[in-house]
Amino acid sequence: MDVAIIGAAMTDFGDRDGWIRELLAEAGRACLDDAPVGGEAVEHCYVANMASGELEGQTGVMNALAHDLDLLPAYAERVDQTSASGAAGVFEAYQSVASGASEMTLLVGGEKMTHRETAETADLVASVTHPVEYRHGVTLPAFGAMAARLYMAEYDAPRESLAEVAVKNHHNATHNPYAQFQTEIDVETVLDSPMVNDPLRLYDYCPVSDGSAALLFCPVEEARKYTDEYVRVAGVAGATDTHVVHERPDPLAMEAVAESGEQAFEMAGWEPADIDVAELHDMVSVLEPLQLEALGFSERGQGWQAAVEGRTALDGSLPVNPSGGLKARGHPLGATGVAQVAELYWQLLGDAGSRQVTADRGLACNVGGFGNCVITSLLEVAG
Amino acid sequence: MSAGERSDARDSDRDLLAHRCPEGHLAYPGHTVCSECGEEQSETVDLSGRTAEVLTWTESVASPSGVRAPNTLAIVEFTVDGSSVRALGQTTEPVAIGETVEPVPVEQLRDPEESLRSVASQSWDGYRFAPV
Repeated sequence: MDVAIIGAAMTDFGDRDGWIRELLAEAGRACLDDAPVGGEAVEHCYVANMASGELEGQTGVMNALAHDLDLLPAYAERVDQTSASGAAGVFEAYQSVASGASEMTLLVGGEKMTHRETAETADLVASVTHPVEYRHGVTLPAFGAMAARLYMAEYDAPRESLAEVAVKNHHNATHNPYAQFQTEIDVETVLDSPMVNDPLRLYDYCPVSDGSAALLFCPVEEARKYTDEYVRVAGVAGATDTHVVHERPDPLAMEAVAESGEQAFEMAGWEPADIDVAELHDMVSVLEPLQLEALGFSERGQGWQAAVEGRTALDGSLPVNPSGGLKARGHPLGATGVAQVAELYWQLLGDAGSRQVTADRGLACNVGGFGNCVITSLLEVAG
Repeated sequence: MSAGERSDARDSDRDLLAHRCPEGHLAYPGHTVCSECGEEQSETVDLSGRTAEVLTWTESVASPSGVRAPNTLAIVEFTVDGSSVRALGQTTEPVAIGETVEPVPVEQLRDPEESLRSVASQSWDGYRFAPV
């Protein structure tokens, strides 16, 4: 069964006053307001969230949301796949409709993080690691730095080329009213910012964020009854890499990204050249070129050239992270994968305001851990 | 650590043991079955007396709770009977890609009382890598 998305919304990302229930309800309600149907039509409700229990002491958030939005007695479920929880929710919502189990599925992803000390959130996010990693105090940002050092050494990628990713994504976010950082930066801003994990600095990394995003899914034939304004999920697939990061034969290959991308492309009958716009998981600057390579948009070792040459800019041949990406839109863990697809929804329907690019087909790649769990989604505008 | 939680750390296994299956595939740490062929990992190889080469490294100042700052970390590569096996670990100081290092024993790599993970669920001692 072909699956459509008929509504999307997100909250402002950043340092928010609201707690997890309030953030989820804000995006969920806005999504239902945006869609041509109301909450009474919702049969399944998924909440993508990594750690509301650990961060806030609030579990059962899917139950809370279903009640707060008056979706009862809709089936409600929480989806956790660490930083890829959002796209895992997209996958789950897609399957609920494609299987015929639900005629109308609301997905809301969210995280409330900024109330905790940075060392605590770092520890929480790093708790995905294996005991032999965890006891050494490694973090996902530290893995990013080790990958960046190896990438620069193996492929002669200039340090500035990684900074260019952050510069581009900050620029894009100046056009995104929901983004956490709506400020321009330049290469010097990145290279003069405090060292965090040598050789990477503060501006190579996404911030800690609060926020929520939502999508509404239904069968394409159902969508047609209500509206011409919808996008079709052409492909969605996930894959898993090693739990222990150092056990990967090629530390720069992002094999789960490659595998999920290949499966999604096969499902859609597309290839990388068919994609007009992409949202990638730039938790750290080096992840954008590594995903461009793993997904087949760039040759191995050449992904760094894309931002330098402007090919991934808003006016480039393949705009990447028009939303600002994790770097500048922000990264409330469970919300990110949902916000990526929401951005594609707006871009494909021509509703992206001053960051609008020309696009009929889009790709989103959401990464959990350091490439451990990955979901790639492909979307196409209706008609 | 939560109140009422068991505080006895897991028996020390300051292991740096690679695990090998009958097909000769090496892995560190061990898994239920070999990641390459699915066979049981039937023997171990002690890496602690060997040297390794630094594949990549970082010096991190953004340490999580219970971890020293700055924290230098490396992924290193051991060669055992012609096969390579890697390990992540703290280093005693900043290192360089390609540098030869050796494991030195450390009683406590991070403070379990300050860390999110249950103290009793894993060991907290191990090895740091030091330039030879």
